[in-house]
Amino acid sequence: MAITLTVNRQKRTVDAEPDKPLLWVLREDLDLAGTKFGCGAGLCGACTVILDGQAVRSCQTPIADAAGKQVVTIEGVAALPVGKKLTEAWIALDVPQCGYCQAGQIMNAAGLLLHTPKPSHDELVSAMTGNVCRCACYLRIQKAIHLAAGTLPAGAQA
Amino acid sequence: MNAVTLDRRTLLAASLAGGAALTFDARIALAAAPGAEPVVLNAFIRIAADNSVTIGAKNPEIGQGVKVMLPMLIAEELDVAWSQVRIAQTDANDKLYGPQSAGGSTATPNNWLPMRRVGAGARQMLLAAAAKRWSVDAATLRTDAGKVVDANGRSLTYAALAADAATVPAPDLAKVPLKAPETFRIIGQPVRGVDTPRIVKGERLYGIDTKLPGMVHAALVKCPIAGGTLVSVDDAAVLKLPGILAVVPISSGQVPKGKNDALAIVADSWWRAHKARDQLVVHWDTAAQAGFSTDGYAKQAAALLAGAPQAALYKSGDVEAGLARAAKTVTADYSYPFLAHATLEPQNCTALWTADGKLELWAPTQSPGGGRRDTAAMLGIAPEAITIHMTRIGGGFGRRLMNDYVVMAAQVAKALPGKPVQLLFDRTDDLRNDYYRPAGWHRLTAGLDANGAIVALKNHFVSFGANGKPQRAAEMEAYEFPGPVIPDVHYGQSLMPTNLNTGWLRAPTSNAVAFVFQGFLDEVAEAAGLDLPELLRRTLGPPRELATDSPPAFHTGRARGVIDAVCRFANWTGKPSGTPGKGRGFGFYFSHRGYFAEIVDLSVKDGMVAIDKVWVAGDIGSQIINPLNAEHQAQGAVIDGIAQALVWQPVVQEGGAIQLENFNDFPLLRLDMVPREIAITWVKTDFPPTGLGEPTLPPVIPAIGNAIRAATGKRLRTLPLQVV
Repeated sequence: MAITLTVNRQKRTVDAEPDKPLLWVLREDLDLAGTKFGCGAGLCGACTVILDGQAVRSCQTPIADAAGKQVVTIEGVAALPVGKKLTEAWIALDVPQCGYCQAGQIMNAAGLLLHTPKPSHDELVSAMTGNVCRCACYLRIQKAIHLAAGTLPAGAQA
Repeated sequence: MNAVTLDRRTLLAASLAGGAALTFDARIALAAAPGAEPVVLNAFIRIAADNSVTIGAKNPEIGQGVKVMLPMLIAEELDVAWSQVRIAQTDANDKLYGPQSAGGSTATPNNWLPMRRVGAGARQMLLAAAAKRWSVDAATLRTDAGKVVDANGRSLTYAALAADAATVPAPDLAKVPLKAPETFRIIGQPVRGVDTPRIVKGERLYGIDTKLPGMVHAALVKCPIAGGTLVSVDDAAVLKLPGILAVVPISSGQVPKGKNDALAIVADSWWRAHKARDQLVVHWDTAAQAGFSTDGYAKQAAALLAGAPQAALYKSGDVEAGLARAAKTVTADYSYPFLAHATLEPQNCTALWTADGKLELWAPTQSPGGGRRDTAAMLGIAPEAITIHMTRIGGGFGRRLMNDYVVMAAQVAKALPGKPVQLLFDRTDDLRNDYYRPAGWHRLTAGLDANGAIVALKNHFVSFGANGKPQRAAEMEAYEFPGPVIPDVHYGQSLMPTNLNTGWLRAPTSNAVAFVFQGFLDEVAEAAGLDLPELLRRTLGPPRELATDSPPAFHTGRARGVIDAVCRFANWTGKPSGTPGKGRGFGFYFSHRGYFAEIVDLSVKDGMVAIDKVWVAGDIGSQIINPLNAEHQAQGAVIDGIAQALVWQPVVQEGGAIQLENFNDFPLLRLDMVPREIAITWVKTDFPPTGLGEPTLPPVIPAIGNAIRAATGKRLRTLPLQVV
């Protein structure tokens, strides 16, 4: 089944089974491997992308549900102002260890900042709790989001 | 000081590499012993015409930062500016590069001198080339950020000298002068991860991202019970599905040779291969394994603990007499469950079997040497017929020291000559086919004299194994502290069988034994009317190395150093907090050559534990190589320990089968459980630098248990710690 969607501002058409998850369409059909497979069950957040402005788990999004919609992946996130700030903060604080979850972390954080540009610490924690970092880079993840949002508590080093 | 690296005589040979580019390779040969044939190792350094220097990173990168750390050592002694350095991951070839693995926090101790000598040897050759060019004595020359400079300030870049340098006779690497630490310009500086800018762009870096022309995909159908074997398969329905190419019987290497315990469904898409699994009809023989269960292990452990240990691990004096003489005794049972590794990148490997009978692998493995050995044995080919490309790895934690996924991918590739095939586990495959951290049970008894000093200590450890031999990671250190400083001691072990494969989980054995011993010693301290740091100080005695049969030896002075440092750092008074539900706990542990003492502040409310702050004092020797990463590794390891203490649930087995489906059954620690601060102080000592991937982890687990005791009065002796 031919399905057309917009990925990182480009119109793309794929021929895929309608139940094939967006994650696997990105990785296998659209040559966008930055979105990661972690659990296939919406439990880890590694596959997070932005779909029509909302952070979603692409492993739980059948491609049919993405038809005609706008998808932003890690490969295109720096084209968004929040994405640019986030990726810069990620580099400045050297957030990753193994790095495997980080695309999902950044995309989920982008989803947060698109709607809540200045999150409180509780809002940040609540929004990011669905994203697992097995290396536990959490202190730098939360600091990088605050840095990108301009909400780093006074006295915290950037 | 690492004996292996010091005893080896090293020498540097050079050869010109490449054509027009002014490049050279510094080839190192290490002879294992005088008179032995030198083993030629490879090129780590390449100098380009623009004076950029490409340095080979030889070890697998699992997030421990080694891809930057090892090149820092070379760059420092080569005397280049870090901005000139490019880093390239090498292939797996231990004949060329020396040992290449990510395990045991060994990269730093094993490479601190060898990698520096690689850089220093190349620098000597550049100096010699410049001396010849200028007809001066090399001793009058110095180097500075990629240039050789003479006494008058005249200079040549390394690029201008590289071709000549490559023809200079190689210096003896064992004798090349190394920089004095106070002159380091790269070592000790905060250096960011070389791949970070690529990670945030989503570039293809990991094993799962490997993409080759014509590549096909394999999903795994593994016997649900470890050790079970394939009886029959009906793949007719699967082979009719769109995109399906083959169903290949394979062996994980966990069943006798000639038997299979898995099938790979191969398709043009992993999604299609994975979805087709439902239509495969498979029969397995699991009769011999179906009796194993979590409940069964607990019953056997209780029975074994009630009897005498099957074997002695360590004996000193007469423990029964010592306990009989003691003014006071303390007895307690501790236990901990099987755990999975749950690397976020599921196990995978890409393999290509070529027409000439050779195998090429793209493998996220912590042990490429093990992968080569196991794959060669399984396929019946020479190890040299295998080329291994090392990808970046989405988490290791010890899981990828085992190479079952590599061995299986290779078998699928061999069945499909000329077609690159990527085998990928799904999350359930990954959780059910782990090499689990084995469960363990301990019964400890300590005897105290009238002054509160420990005079006798008994530990009966029950774990898994057969024929008197513990399984992988189901062991403990015979000289476990404080055994060697107590007069009357008996450490014994009893074993029971399991069908599960067990393996090393970050800080293996230590992650469990630290909880047991430091928790128990906290109880002993309480009985002695002391706090744990004070009990440890008195037990450690004067600074010295304790006896051991497996170096490195435990140094009591270094232990004392971190204990005192963390107590000062956190202003430890040993007094109760005075606030209900708030508690402070202490833990110390020595593992992987590192000494760590940690203090935890936590709150308990409605049975929920929240970690407020953690203080860490660590001694990993004279030098923190990359402080930016060191802080990060230590913080990550502390949080990983918090997960083991409070979040990870036991891996449950019923009817022989692991009862895990996904992260709902094996919950991982998330941002809401992270303390607001993890403060770290380094205790610098005059010992060679050692590794940091693991030793920060173990002490936080008992520190949490001991803090819960302080906050609630409850002594929790089973992991995970559950207050209600």
